[in-house]
Amino acid sequence: MVKKDEKISFEIDGQTCSAWAGQPLLDAAKDNGIFIPSLCHVQGLKPAGSCRICNVNVNGRNMTACTTRVSAGMVVENHTPELNELRKTIIEVLFVSGNHFCPSCEKSGNCELQALGYRYQMMVPRFPYEFPVKGVDARPDLIYHDRNRCIMCKRCVRSITKDGKHVFALNGRGGEHLHVAMDVDLASQLTEAEAQEAMDICPVGAILKKEQGFLVPIGERKYDKAPIGSDIEAQNG
Amino acid sequence: MRENILSIIEKYQKDHRRLMDILIAIQDTYRHIPDEAVDILADQLDLSKVDVEQTISFYHFLSREPVGKYAIYLNDSAVANISGRAEVVQAFEEELGISFNNVTADGLIGMWDTADIGMNDQEPAALINGAVFTKLTPKKVKNLVAGIKAGKDIPDLVTEIGEEVNGPAALSTMVTNNIRQKGAILFSDDYEVGQALKQAIAQTPEEIVTEVKQSNLRGRGGAGFPAGLKWDFCRQSGGDEVYLICNADEGEPGTFKDRVILTELPKLLFEGMAIAGYAIGAKQGIVYLRYEYRYMQAYLESILQELRDQNFLGKNIAGKAGFDFDIRIQLGAGAYVCGEETALIESLEGKRGEPRNRPPFPVQRGYLDKPTVVNNVETLCSVVQVILEGAEWFKSFGTSESAGTKLLSLSGDCKNPGIYAVEWGVTVQKLIRRAGATNVQAVQIGGPSGMCIGPDQFNRQLAFEDLATGGSLIFIGEERDLLGDFVVNFMDFFIDESCGSCAPCRSLNVILRNKLLKILDGKGTNQDIDELYKWAGVGRVTNRCGLGQTAANPILSTIENFRHLYEDLVETNENFVSTFDLKDSVAESNAAVDREFVLPHKTR
Ligand SMILES: Cc1cc2nc3c(=O)[nH]c(=O)nc-3n(C[C@H](O)[C@H](O)[C@H](O)COP(=O)(O)O)c2cc1C
Ligand code: SF4
Ligand code: SF4
Ligand code: FES
Repeated sequence: MVKKDEKISFEIDGQTCSAWAGQPLLDAAKDNGIFIPSLCHVQGLKPAGSCRICNVNVNGRNMTACTTRVSAGMVVENHTPELNELRKTIIEVLFVSGNHFCPSCEKSGNCELQALGYRYQMMVPRFPYEFPVKGVDARPDLIYHDRNRCIMCKRCVRSITKDGKHVFALNGRGGEHLHVAMDVDLASQLTEAEAQEAMDICPVGAILKKEQGFLVPIGERKYDKAPIGSDIEAQNG
Repeated sequence: MRENILSIIEKYQKDHRRLMDILIAIQDTYRHIPDEAVDILADQLDLSKVDVEQTISFYHFLSREPVGKYAIYLNDSAVANISGRAEVVQAFEEELGISFNNVTADGLIGMWDTADIGMNDQEPAALINGAVFTKLTPKKVKNLVAGIKAGKDIPDLVTEIGEEVNGPAALSTMVTNNIRQKGAILFSDDYEVGQALKQAIAQTPEEIVTEVKQSNLRGRGGAGFPAGLKWDFCRQSGGDEVYLICNADEGEPGTFKDRVILTELPKLLFEGMAIAGYAIGAKQGIVYLRYEYRYMQAYLESILQELRDQNFLGKNIAGKAGFDFDIRIQLGAGAYVCGEETALIESLEGKRGEPRNRPPFPVQRGYLDKPTVVNNVETLCSVVQVILEGAEWFKSFGTSESAGTKLLSLSGDCKNPGIYAVEWGVTVQKLIRRAGATNVQAVQIGGPSGMCIGPDQFNRQLAFEDLATGGSLIFIGEERDLLGDFVVNFMDFFIDESCGSCAPCRSLNVILRNKLLKILDGKGTNQDIDELYKWAGVGRVTNRCGLGQTAANPILSTIENFRHLYEDLVETNENFVSTFDLKDSVAESNAAVDREFVLPHKTR
């Protein structure tokens, strides 16, 4: 899909950008030093378009940047009050529909949801907390899965396999039953490195490695030092 | 068990894309999908167990727990509720001594709630092992349960046969088709199968596409996309493997017109499909039939065979060398979202019915990643008359922007529920009169995903340029609790039926429904109404598919058109703290002292 022999130019918030034709807009923006928030997207994985936070306006229509491929002359709006408000709303929805008690979470400081909460200046969510009880699955030796923190971005579903088979998959559907299920047999066979990979692919603290905590102290973690997206924007001067 | 499951898998060539057929067959045999079956499936199809379960758990009629030798699925749509569902539930529960959503201790009978089954004109209705039982009453329930306990087979439980032409008689079903008004396009008197097809193959595929384009025929499934243009796009995608899919998922509560077409006019539909297949160059047509309509499956198969025998399907159709086209029927398994065309395709490929991200559109990359046209049942039927009578004739019906006729499903509080073939442009008022509805408080147009209007808008027209609809009107009488009985039911429906992929669709609708319940509980304030309205607008611009984009419509359109109903419920005393509930707070101390705490002055 991406044509590595064809450079095109397009526009984000008035800034002229260049990219390979067919590149996902989210990645193309990044290459041009523009931050579009994302949670479910991982460069190289098939876009899921599920968190909906990368909502931008493309030629007058709301689209998700991770699933939109750039084309010549595209006019994109990204950093507008309306879009930022929508993103903040979604972040708050995700916060209240899970149990995100950051001070007790090993992922704090490395968590993308938490970091986006700060970036979009969420003080307190506008919605009532739901305090779901979705359970914790701690059967595998090396990892455990806390469904109450899972934001169902499907990153693990799309990427973590053992012998070519998916370790994580969705289960159920709808607003009240959908969750991510872990194949305990397969998860129990993960190597140390694979377990680490599973933990790292998760943007929040839903997949964690067992018997390992606070190796890097709170306060010195990734987003403790600089807001999410600032590394991308730094390229832009 | 192992041997049997292996043979089912073998029957579908171990093809994971036929997982739906395999699962339905296993469910039919064992009344659930047992652990052993999941293990065998995972092993044989080279999947992980969670992968197999992710498909099973998506579909309402596939279950990991036994559903009962006789599985009773009672429709829980809003119209079922206002048609006496509660008494029917009570009767079942009394007869069986268990509550709903349970199975009797001997495993004989299970009773389950289910979303709209397409019988709004004859509620309360239920499915029992695939057969439809309509207009249930406590007395009928008693007889049914007695029959089941006596070990009767399902056909022997069907004691009344619905009337109307060929379909139901051959089907021996209780379903009545309630055709109240016929129109020239779908119910033409001189229709004879094969005529249009012969006329079509005398022309080139390009000419057929042009004719359909010129007719301005727009999709009847809801979105209203021009049919000829869609076919043209598909042709432009090229490739020698192209598919035609007929969308017979009809899941929008209140809509049942496709049910009537499928049983009354199946030949018209299949002929329309053959013409479409010819036009786009497809060799294979698939009817995606909702599970709720499986009572008609064998009948439809017999019609397909008849058409094959007449050489209107098969090879070198109607003597045209090289024109090969056949149709197979694929069942869904209970998921409203599978009516969305890309979710439908996912389901056809044996997966969870999650809508795809677009682009690419199905005409570019659809079923098995090949160019695919998905059309509604009624759209495909309309094509036949376009070919027979010409585009100009077709355009002589309806309005300038909405050509032709529309089959409407009318139900709710009215004397004559059923289907009506009308010209586009008809007013709501006129339909109210025809259906014999009186004292109408509101009309729900186009199902829960459509809009709810009040009397001040009854002079509006049904047309793409005014009130666009996939085909249903639900009349809501003055005596009804619009918010409590309808809006809550609609929101519950969307919450259950969301595929759950998009964060706002999955979670925000729950938040909205809960806030609505808070208002209905007398704990809301004006601020709650304003917030509800504001938050309800988020899904439209953020969600991926039509379900999530319209799921908040029941709330949005009732706040717009019936705001007074909300205002009547909220507390306007400015000292009112909506998060504090006095009664709840003193409940524990009341229990301790065993007496009611009485307020010094009256609050609510
Ligand atoms: C949630 C949802 C459910 C739908 N259900 C149906 C359906 O049951 N039948 C149908 O024909 N179209 C349904 N549609 C519309 C289809 O996506 C698609 O537009 C239609 O089948 C195209 O056929 P047409 O152009 O002939 O109308 C649904 C759309 C959405 C978003
Ligand atoms: S476990 Fe983590 S990676 Fe997997 S879906 Fe949940 S949040 Fe995403
Ligand atoms: S809008 Fe809802 S139903 Fe549609 S894809 Fe998103 S989550 Fe699924
Ligand atoms: S990053 Fe695009 S939808 Fe999640």
